[in-house]
Amino acid sequence: MNFTNLLKVAITAIMSNKSRTLLSTLGIIIGVAAVITMMAIGEGSKESIRKDLSKMGVNLLTIRPGGEMRGGVRLDPSAMQTLKMADYEAIQQEAKLITHISPEVTAAGQVIYGAKNTNTTVYGESPEYLDIKLWDIKDGYCFTEEDVNKGSKVCIVGTTVVEELFGDKNFDAVGKTIRFKSIPFRIVGILKSKGYNSWGMDQDNVMIAPYTTVMKRIAAQTYFSSIVMSALSEDLSDAAIEEINGILRRNHKIKEGDDDDFTIRSQQEWMETMSSTMTTLQTVLVVAAAFSLLVAGIGIMNIMLVSVTERTKEIGLRMSVGARGIDISRQFLLESIMISLSGGVIGVGLGYLLSGGANLIGFPATVPLWSVLVSFGVCALIGLMFGYIPAHKAATMDPIEALRYE
Amino acid sequence: MDNKKVVIELQDVRREFHVGSEVVKALRGVSFKIHEGEFVTIMGTSGSGKSTLLNQLGCLDTPTSGEYILDGVPVRKMRRRERAVLRNRKIGFIFQNYNLLAKTTAVENVELPLMYNSAYSAKQRREAAVKALQAVGLGDRLEHKSNQMSGGQMQRVAIARALVNNPAVILADEATGNLDTRTSYEILVLFQELHRQGRTIIFVTHNPEIAQYSSRNIVLRDGKIREDVENKNILNAAEALAALPKQED
Repeated sequence: MNFTNLLKVAITAIMSNKSRTLLSTLGIIIGVAAVITMMAIGEGSKESIRKDLSKMGVNLLTIRPGGEMRGGVRLDPSAMQTLKMADYEAIQQEAKLITHISPEVTAAGQVIYGAKNTNTTVYGESPEYLDIKLWDIKDGYCFTEEDVNKGSKVCIVGTTVVEELFGDKNFDAVGKTIRFKSIPFRIVGILKSKGYNSWGMDQDNVMIAPYTTVMKRIAAQTYFSSIVMSALSEDLSDAAIEEINGILRRNHKIKEGDDDDFTIRSQQEWMETMSSTMTTLQTVLVVAAAFSLLVAGIGIMNIMLVSVTERTKEIGLRMSVGARGIDISRQFLLESIMISLSGGVIGVGLGYLLSGGANLIGFPATVPLWSVLVSFGVCALIGLMFGYIPAHKAATMDPIEALRYE
Repeated sequence: MDNKKVVIELQDVRREFHVGSEVVKALRGVSFKIHEGEFVTIMGTSGSGKSTLLNQLGCLDTPTSGEYILDGVPVRKMRRRERAVLRNRKIGFIFQNYNLLAKTTAVENVELPLMYNSAYSAKQRREAAVKALQAVGLGDRLEHKSNQMSGGQMQRVAIARALVNNPAVILADEATGNLDTRTSYEILVLFQELHRQGRTIIFVTHNPEIAQYSSRNIVLRDGKIREDVENKNILNAAEALAALPKQED
């Protein structure tokens, strides 16, 4: 029997038992919709993290002290003090593939104004920091290179700090003096609000001061927590890492073959790390959803077995007029594939709806096209796999017995 | 008669079944030849082996020993799929309970055997089916579904289905068994008409009356041929139908 005829027969069979077909596809519908939605939420989250990361800075490169951690080996504390002033200056003078650079020293603590206080993090930076982070000043101005040289007690603050200390985030706090760990800082500028990032951190709860001030007055240390930079372009990130790596290895007198005592990471690497975490999570969810597809397949097999038994007489008749085993087997296989695929089509539709719903309630979700194609493929495969046993049963019937069946 | 082509030849056909440890001998050496154009009734009580014989003739089963030659093709050693193709090309089945596909139109039912013959295009298939339905007097009921027809009409569709592949032999199994007297005669008229057109027909029945309308009668008992006689005085089914008392409305 050719394909057109088979298709006709399968459609007739499916349409002649609409409610049962719908019920047997229900499992597939739910399974596919679940897979599509999981994929969409995973994909959407990755996308939004990617956006947040790119907002973190322009072609951001970060140097941290200490080598790559391996297997949870505890690092020597001295290994965390490897980034010194000399490194900063050397990179500033020699590196050609970077546009901006800022050393970074951070400290967490309480900031006080009058009777009000709040917990925040103070970032010791150079003025170039705002260019790296693409951050603008709303009111006032950023501290200058001169402030850095003098170790001035000036700072710029985020809107959350303003709101907590002055009661209104639009309060013009420029010129006010606040205290961090009993050191007074004069506010010279207020940052534009960035809001929360995708892992729930309030990016406006910050205080930025010259790194020299933070090092001497607050952290009391002679090394940096990290150094942040912008590469000339995204494509040149790797070359820039290479260049800086060379400068630092020379500065730190690291012998050929020895491990670095610092780590340089680019934004791309960050993205990859975050993405791979998301991918793991997504995989777990999708595997869970895929199990429901397996169960749905068993459901289809069950229905097909019933259908084969019900139609024993029809099978006998078809055989008596010349259907070969393979004709019968194809007929039932096609039927189960069609049941499964039609469930897939409805499931994909439902998945789109659910993803849209997820978007509405705040989960970023975008349905990747490949997940739709994979769903159809999987459905066809399920139909084929679970249709095989019923089809085989039908194809190997004895026509005499089948004709006599009541 | 002897100069006509032999359509069916059975040579000492035996068929044994193993039921548990016992061996049931359903056919114990059956031999006969049927020539083209014969209308043969095969009669016998239940247990006489007539169903087994019919299954042999219809290539649904193969003999344990002996040989069955259908239209020049030896069947015994054929494989399942080869027999399926043979059934498709050379045999037309008619069953007691019609065996039409439910919720399917007359013409689609008749098309069924040709669906399994790739030599036919959809158009040729439909034309052949329409022609066969016209031949059994259902030219005006092509699109009627099987559940919208009477028993007699359904059996006519089944006969059209058996004719559509232009088979070497038509095998009817108690084809009038489910029909009332009048309809039975109408169907018999149709069979006699097919006989006149030169079709080879084998009609298996337990009803002795039907043997009067065929050209030859074979009686089976205990798996053997007990009687094989030519009918010199074939009754006319159309006359018998006319002689039936008029139906009261």
